[in-house]
Amino acid sequence: MGNPLAVIGRVFLSFLATVGRLSIFTGRSLSAVVTFPFYWRLCLQQMMTIGYYSLPVVGMTALFTGAVLALQIYLGSARFGAESAVPNIVVVGLTRELGPVLAGLMLGGRVGAAIAAELGTMKVTEQLDALITLQTNPFRYLVVPRLVAATITTPILVMIADIIGVMGGYLVGIHQLGFNSAVYLKNTFDFLEVMDVTSGLVKAAIFGFLIALMGCYHGFHSKGGAQGVGKATTDAVVSSLILILISNYLVTAAFFSQ
Amino acid sequence: MTETSQSVSQSVPQPEPRLELVDVRKAFGPKVVLDGLNLSVALGESVVIIGGSGTGKSVTLKCILGLLQPDSGQVRIDGEDTVGLRGAARERVLTKFGMLFQSAALFDSLSVWENVAFGLTEGAGMEREAARAIAIDKLAKVGLDEDIAMGDPSGLSGGMRKRVGLARAIATEPDIIFFDEPTTGLDPIMGDVINNLINECVQDLGATTLTITHDMSSARIIADRVAMLYGGKIIWAGGVDQIDDCDNAYVDQFIHGRETGPFALEVT
Ligand SMILES: Nc1ncnc2c1ncn2[C@@H]1O[C@H](COP(=O)(O)OP(=O)(O)OP(=O)(O)O)[C@@H](O)[C@H]1O
Ligand SMILES: [Mg+2]
Repeated sequence: MGNPLAVIGRVFLSFLATVGRLSIFTGRSLSAVVTFPFYWRLCLQQMMTIGYYSLPVVGMTALFTGAVLALQIYLGSARFGAESAVPNIVVVGLTRELGPVLAGLMLGGRVGAAIAAELGTMKVTEQLDALITLQTNPFRYLVVPRLVAATITTPILVMIADIIGVMGGYLVGIHQLGFNSAVYLKNTFDFLEVMDVTSGLVKAAIFGFLIALMGCYHGFHSKGGAQGVGKATTDAVVSSLILILISNYLVTAAFFSQ
Repeated sequence: MTETSQSVSQSVPQPEPRLELVDVRKAFGPKVVLDGLNLSVALGESVVIIGGSGTGKSVTLKCILGLLQPDSGQVRIDGEDTVGLRGAARERVLTKFGMLFQSAALFDSLSVWENVAFGLTEGAGMEREAARAIAIDKLAKVGLDEDIAMGDPSGLSGGMRKRVGLARAIATEPDIIFFDEPTTGLDPIMGDVINNLINECVQDLGATTLTITHDMSSARIIADRVAMLYGGKIIWAGGVDQIDDCDNAYVDQFIHGRETGPFALEVT
């Protein structure tokens, strides 16, 4: 027990075991995505719960982020007389980074936790076993609809968040910072590149996938009773947030490395 | 004990058992639950497993269904060893089975009738309307009316959930049905209704059933044969008419519910 090398070894081995389990889980999920049957009704239902019902929280986040961004950038850029750059920096910051990342973090809390709690409860109350005995593959019936719905709806949510965020900045810009409305909008769109938006949306799709994957994985592997489900929920949220931050860096580096 | 009797003459071919467990072992970590379990169930037979709480009765059923993987041994279903089957092969085997879980395990995201019809709509791909009619009919057999059928399982009492689970297990009219404590939590009259229903499944549908129960009066009604699980093995199996005058001290203590006898009160 006391040997530090043994402790490191144990930690490393359990890390490898987790990576292995997660890879197998991901593999089984992805192979279930491409094989029949595909549960359309469940997928649409998940799009409603994951996407539509997340609109308020994502919209609020975006609105205030856009507003505060405009305010801060204005204060900062006023020091060297570059106030006219505010609209452009706001939109680039939102579409590239803050839109997808903040929406991802909010969804990780909201959706990841909900998925892990629901599937975890199904696991500990033998509902997953019952599903199998009724000849229904839990990956197809439970995991695939959530993965597909989250991967599709997160970019849509982020697109909406981008628009609402720009609007937040715009409102602050014209009402508080004295911008002319037409000039603000012109500056917003003139320098915006397609890449800014698409990179953000690609990130969003990846984040959505990771959130649903972590929720399903931890839900499926929860043990024990209520306490086990609670732990699964926490693990799902924490791991999805960490994976979002790491993958955000990796995707950014891949997109903009020159 | 396997009692594939030697007395049967060579000329009469012994029918293949529907279900046969050969030397099945299952441990959870250091805790050995099944320790070389042998059991065979013939076609159309109704076998009841009895045994103390926590001896591994539910684990046995889960090993047969493949929900738990036995550490060693064989689970032969219609002669085919099914241990380790996965994917489509496992699903094909499972089409033969219906299972009532001890906890009922109802899907709480679906209504009661959708639960009962699940094997029909999702497993067998039946139309929803037709499946609903069957589900309502099965629910009526377990004494639940249409109002309950349309509602949520979350509002049901423990005994009602059990009955919904039972209706779900028999809805697809499977060949082999497992009942894990079907009458626990039911009043005596409803218990009798369920006993008769299980007998009906065997007689009318020709199903083979394996039932776990602690309710000896129920066991006497539904069983052709009784098997007693103790220490990870079947320590006694015999016709239901033999349990009263069998010479096994464990069985004797168990069916009479005496405190004193070979069973020590083990603190695990
Ligand atoms: N998934 C599991 N992980 C670890 N141990 C388990 C698991 N399932 C069952 N066990 C253990 O196996 C033993 C047998 O459990 P099982 O549920 O089969 O008992 P049982 O005979 O059905 O009892 P009861 O009559 O109370 O339902 C118990 O000691 C239980 O703790
Ligand atoms: Mg049990």
